[in-house]
Amino acid sequence: MSGPSEYQPTNPALRWIERRLPILGLMHSSFVAYPTPRNLNYWWTFGAILSLMLGVQILTGVILAMHYTPEATMAFKSVEDIVRDVNYGWLLRNMHASGASMFFLAVYIHMFRGLYYGSYKEPREVLWILGVIIYLLMMATGFMGYVLPWGQMSFWGATVITNLFSAFPYVGDSIVTLLWGGYSVGNPTLNRFFSLHYLLPFVIAGVVVLHIWALHVAGQNNPTGVEAKTEKDTVAFTPYATIKDLFGVSCFLIFYAWFIFYMPNYLGDADNYIPANPGVTPAHIVPEWYYLAFYAMLRSIPNKLAGVVVMFSSILLLLFLPWLDTAKTRSSKYRPLAKQFFWMFVVVCVLLGYLGAQPPEGIYVIAGRILTFCYFAYFLILLPLLSRIEKPRPVPNSIADDVLAKQAGKAATLASAVIALAVAGTVFVGSVQSARAEEQETPPSQKWSFAGPFGKYDRGSLQRGLKVYKEVCSACHSLNYIAFRNLADSGGPGYSTAQAAALAAEYKVKDGPNDQGEMFERPGRPADYFPAPFPNEQAARAANGGAAPPDLSLITKARSYERGFPWFIFDFFTQFQEQGPNYVSGILQGFEDKVPAGVTIPDGAYYNKYFPGHAIKMPKPLSDGQVTFDDGSPATVAQYAHDVTTFLMWTADPHLEDRKRLGMQAFVFLIIFAGLMYFTKKKVWADAH
Amino acid sequence: MSLWPFVSQMNPDASTIAAGAPIEVDLTPIASGQDIKVFWRGKPIYIMNRTKKQVEEARSVPVASLPDPATDQSRVKEGHDQWLVVIGICTHLGCIPIAHEGNYDGFFCPCHGSQYDSSGRIRQGPAPANLPVPPYQFVSDSKIQIG
Repeated sequence: MSGPSEYQPTNPALRWIERRLPILGLMHSSFVAYPTPRNLNYWWTFGAILSLMLGVQILTGVILAMHYTPEATMAFKSVEDIVRDVNYGWLLRNMHASGASMFFLAVYIHMFRGLYYGSYKEPREVLWILGVIIYLLMMATGFMGYVLPWGQMSFWGATVITNLFSAFPYVGDSIVTLLWGGYSVGNPTLNRFFSLHYLLPFVIAGVVVLHIWALHVAGQNNPTGVEAKTEKDTVAFTPYATIKDLFGVSCFLIFYAWFIFYMPNYLGDADNYIPANPGVTPAHIVPEWYYLAFYAMLRSIPNKLAGVVVMFSSILLLLFLPWLDTAKTRSSKYRPLAKQFFWMFVVVCVLLGYLGAQPPEGIYVIAGRILTFCYFAYFLILLPLLSRIEKPRPVPNSIADDVLAKQAGKAATLASAVIALAVAGTVFVGSVQSARAEEQETPPSQKWSFAGPFGKYDRGSLQRGLKVYKEVCSACHSLNYIAFRNLADSGGPGYSTAQAAALAAEYKVKDGPNDQGEMFERPGRPADYFPAPFPNEQAARAANGGAAPPDLSLITKARSYERGFPWFIFDFFTQFQEQGPNYVSGILQGFEDKVPAGVTIPDGAYYNKYFPGHAIKMPKPLSDGQVTFDDGSPATVAQYAHDVTTFLMWTADPHLEDRKRLGMQAFVFLIIFAGLMYFTKKKVWADAH
Repeated sequence: MSLWPFVSQMNPDASTIAAGAPIEVDLTPIASGQDIKVFWRGKPIYIMNRTKKQVEEARSVPVASLPDPATDQSRVKEGHDQWLVVIGICTHLGCIPIAHEGNYDGFFCPCHGSQYDSSGRIRQGPAPANLPVPPYQFVSDSKIQIG
């Protein structure tokens, strides 16, 4: 793109606009006529994927912001209200949360592509630097976004990361107080994070415009690293690159949809379904997966300030890459040594990510230090060294020559690279899963009717579970997020609105003040929520030996356990997400009168096989014959446990059936769409190859 | 400089500062060997009624060998040696250490394994400094004011 375009629209109205603001010409010269190398592979579609993801995040984010309340006592509930009550709120929330992960996945692939093909080299240094700036802005945005739901991990992640700044001598504590707006992470912190989280994506968008501008000045790089010389080397952006990008995007959307509809919590942390508690630190504070490698580097260094400096340096280092790697040959395709070290570097990064999710003990610490060293050595020692000593293979004369040569080995190396990445990636994701749970005995896996892509709630089980909750659990445990009207919702226990209203009327609810200024009691209405057994947490503690019985609405999503290797790999494909229900059911059936040898249970606690630490403050709640079911189902502990757990899965995920049904429709559509894009792409490119 | 209002607004506002006013804590319910946790300025504060054994253990450690050298005496109020008042935030990355855990009968931080002794001093692990002592004074033998 150089100088004003000569594009003239045919339509007179458009010509009128064009003369006054040549935006159509700009669009045309940038995205239609723009000459793009004809030999680009699919790693080049990630720019378009990233643009799409930025748009998706902004769109879903702005919409979520219409319903979210950025205040410490209301934030968590506002997110649950979005998921439960806002039309398609569950979908928007899942899109935004999974979208963040997809955004980072795409940006890492995009960055690794840049590393491999030397896209940071002259004349694309500024392009690369703008990219690193975008990445830094993304990290800040993602960090602040994760704080907003105000769960345990939100709060404690914010505490740990803001505390990093206290490492700086003299000014450290003042900086932290300034960031917090108080003496600890609190409401002022949440409020400002919301403001900045809303702002930064638009700053990112601005830098993206500069990024694309810088790209168009230099022209795109290509797999040979040889610049386009003649028209034979390039094709018009539209339709060639456009259709290829569309196909790449459609494949990416399939992967994205898997998370949105079927595995929305796979990459998340169960602890974030527990409202933030400044007095209780979770056993494992783990950031989201896209920060893990840097977290590993931070923890590898025994000195606090040095750890912070190392962590920030690891990213700032990237800014200097064009001056660290001065090799004349751009693409690692023709640099046999650089190519091998590149793949080793990728493995180092994935392993660092794995380590970031492990407890910092023993071998993990040593491995972390070695790998942190390797990371820095790659940029500071290896690349400058290779620039001097490596003998590259001869590059093709031109892009056109490269396309004609049609090397057979090309496909194989690409495939093996994809496989290597996929394996490393799954090990890494699985490690994220494993860090999330405590060391404990694993509860048995049960069969749940709601599991799998076609899972549904068993209505009978839901109704029996409600009966168990009402007659046993509700004495101590609240169900704050469930209203009586929910009992008549589709995908739920299947009561009619009249039945739900009758059930509500059985309860007495506090209301008021009346015109005399007094509070009074009245029968419950469908819009009311299940009343809590205690007026506040202190009363709950006092009545239960000092331990407050948790609210049960989200319990099946707020608990998990390690699945171990190789299960976590299979889990992704089988859609296994039933750790929470297995745990809850396990606890209910895991009480044993006989305490095993060597285990001491303090006074006031009871032995439970599956509770972490084995000493639970709740006495065994279920016994045979305690609840009689109208449908004649067995009055056994196993039956009660199964039914109440199914009920609690519904209270935690009331839109499960909608989600899976819409997911099936989305998948059918996306697969057909991807197929159409593929064949269209093949047709468009038939004459170009 | 004219930018100062834009920076200064980020610091704690008047209501936050007011909410952080000093609090009084009654020590009588805390038996020997027990501890309680109170919140002040959003931070958890451990108030420990140390046993004779804990005080002796704390005082018999050679100060020079500590990662963050400090005498036990400097961390308590004279005449009230059994009372330890420390901010329960690990000086490493901010988690809340658990009281009466670890090898030193002090505090153990579950996040990255830092261990503090019965005087709240760092003994092992990645934390660089002792648990900070908040500003407090005894208003009577059985009551302290924190802040």
